Amino acid sequence: MPRQDRDWFAHAMLALGVVLFALPVWLVLAGSTQDSDAIARGDLSLVPDLTNFSAYPKVLTQGTMGAPPVWHMLLVSLGMALCIAGGKIAISILSAYAVVFFRFPFRKIAFWSIFVTLMLPVEVRIMPTYSVMATFGLINSFTGLWVPLIASATATLLFRQVFVAIPDELVEAARMDGAGPLRFLKDIAIPVSGANIAALFVILFVYGWNQYLWPLLVATDPSLDTIVIGLVKMIGVETQTDWSAVMATAVMALLPPVAVVLLMQRWFVAGLTEGEK
Amino acid sequence: MERRTVFGGWLLPILLVLPQLTLTAFFFYWPAAQAVWSSMTTQDAFGAGEVFVGLDNFSDLLADPLYIASMVRTVVFCVTVSALAMGLALALAVFADREIRGKGAYRTLLIWPYAIAPALSSVLFLFILDPRVGMLGRPLNRMGFDWDYHLNGNQALLTVVMASAWKQVSYNFIFFLAGLQSIPRAVIEAARMDGAKGWRRFRTITFPLLAPTTFFLLVVNIVYAAFDTFGTINALTHGGPGKDTETLVLKVYRDGFINQDIGSSSAQSVILMLGVIAITAVQFRFMGKKVTE
Repeated sequence: MPRQDRDWFAHAMLALGVVLFALPVWLVLAGSTQDSDAIARGDLSLVPDLTNFSAYPKVLTQGTMGAPPVWHMLLVSLGMALCIAGGKIAISILSAYAVVFFRFPFRKIAFWSIFVTLMLPVEVRIMPTYSVMATFGLINSFTGLWVPLIASATATLLFRQVFVAIPDELVEAARMDGAGPLRFLKDIAIPVSGANIAALFVILFVYGWNQYLWPLLVATDPSLDTIVIGLVKMIGVETQTDWSAVMATAVMALLPPVAVVLLMQRWFVAGLTEGEK
Repeated sequence: MERRTVFGGWLLPILLVLPQLTLTAFFFYWPAAQAVWSSMTTQDAFGAGEVFVGLDNFSDLLADPLYIASMVRTVVFCVTVSALAMGLALALAVFADREIRGKGAYRTLLIWPYAIAPALSSVLFLFILDPRVGMLGRPLNRMGFDWDYHLNGNQALLTVVMASAWKQVSYNFIFFLAGLQSIPRAVIEAARMDGAKGWRRFRTITFPLLAPTTFFLLVVNIVYAAFDTFGTINALTHGGPGKDTETLVLKVYRDGFINQDIGSSSAQSVILMLGVIAITAVQFRFMGKKVTE
């Protein structure tokens, strides 16, 4: 094929891919402006009604179909995502710093026992984790939503790689200037890992925002419903589903993580591909 | 690799590593140990307590046709989802790697679905495939084709496979594109000069050079399909109709959390743990040297 034709073909394929991903989201966006009864009759249209955004203020302020008001669920999701991202980054930096820059008893054991948790995702220890949570009285508490999720082998490994790469000369120079370990952490180690922290933040924010199984297990109190949990609750209603309300909620559930990914795309892509490989 | 220059003292580093270790002990090791213990016990018939039964829960499970069926279903599901999500992503990455106009825009438009929650992708697919309100589902029925994933097991499986694969494409796309970009242009140029054309060049040069990326993604996709799709499946079909979309993780959840059969659910957890350990071991056997050196 001549070059021009090949380019045309590549454009066609990529455009098809873009549509494949944008269409479902567009459909929900368009549906959120349409009449629920019309949608229930099967008249869902791809053309939004630009004069009708009434579903948004309605779901934001009032609970519908067994779910609390959307503003509250957004707040819970935001709190959970920020605490998980911040918590994971903080404790992983500290533990990686200790393992790389010190020699202390049981250092190897400490490192390996963090590393092995890679093999124990929540999904394989559903029941026993629940009973541990109950022992600590963490069921139906905001703390229970995020604290147990912040231990992180991947983040620790990532920061370990970054810290190992800091040149010895830099450490020597800092020590010569009389900088202690905490000072070095604050002034050198954390600043040099800035790009990694940014990338990790995006990945972990999305991870935290998108949690489903964990909140389903540990929080049955509707005041702790995240937006993802609330949305799934809404589509579980068998009769009288208010479809435009469901769609408006879906739009608001996906906007924040999508915004974070798009705004921080550059760091995110670089960090993802170099960090996890 | 080890540092030559380190700081002295041992109290400070232990304090630094303590938060991570404490959380790990309480929320990883304790539950894992408890899973192993519970998997070897059963509830007393009168509800008086636990009775040690050795490996009975395991032999019961492996003799249970429903469990074997769920295992087979999970394997089929994982393979299909991984193949679909990786194939599509690779094709898109190959096109996006070309020097064409607007490639930056294409990349952004293919990367953003990374942010969509697995449970949310099921809601999006509901509006396409639901037999009553779906954009495609309803017309299908109008044309006389019996489409209802709430009633037909194969259609249900197809629906959850599509929703799960759809969500994972952008992740794979990011990695395939990075892999393609790391192939030196000189290698591709040399192949071009030798007269290797499009498909042949891809098959004999590009694809083999992508092998590490492909292998890494295969592991990630299998783990994703096995575990992270819980939300997608639970929201779309609850594992039904019947048990037609019940993967192993859904079964652990249903048997343990809904039916309160702790012994069996824990035994299933232990089997899943062994699965993850096997996958991780294979992964590090082939490409993990970087991490531990």
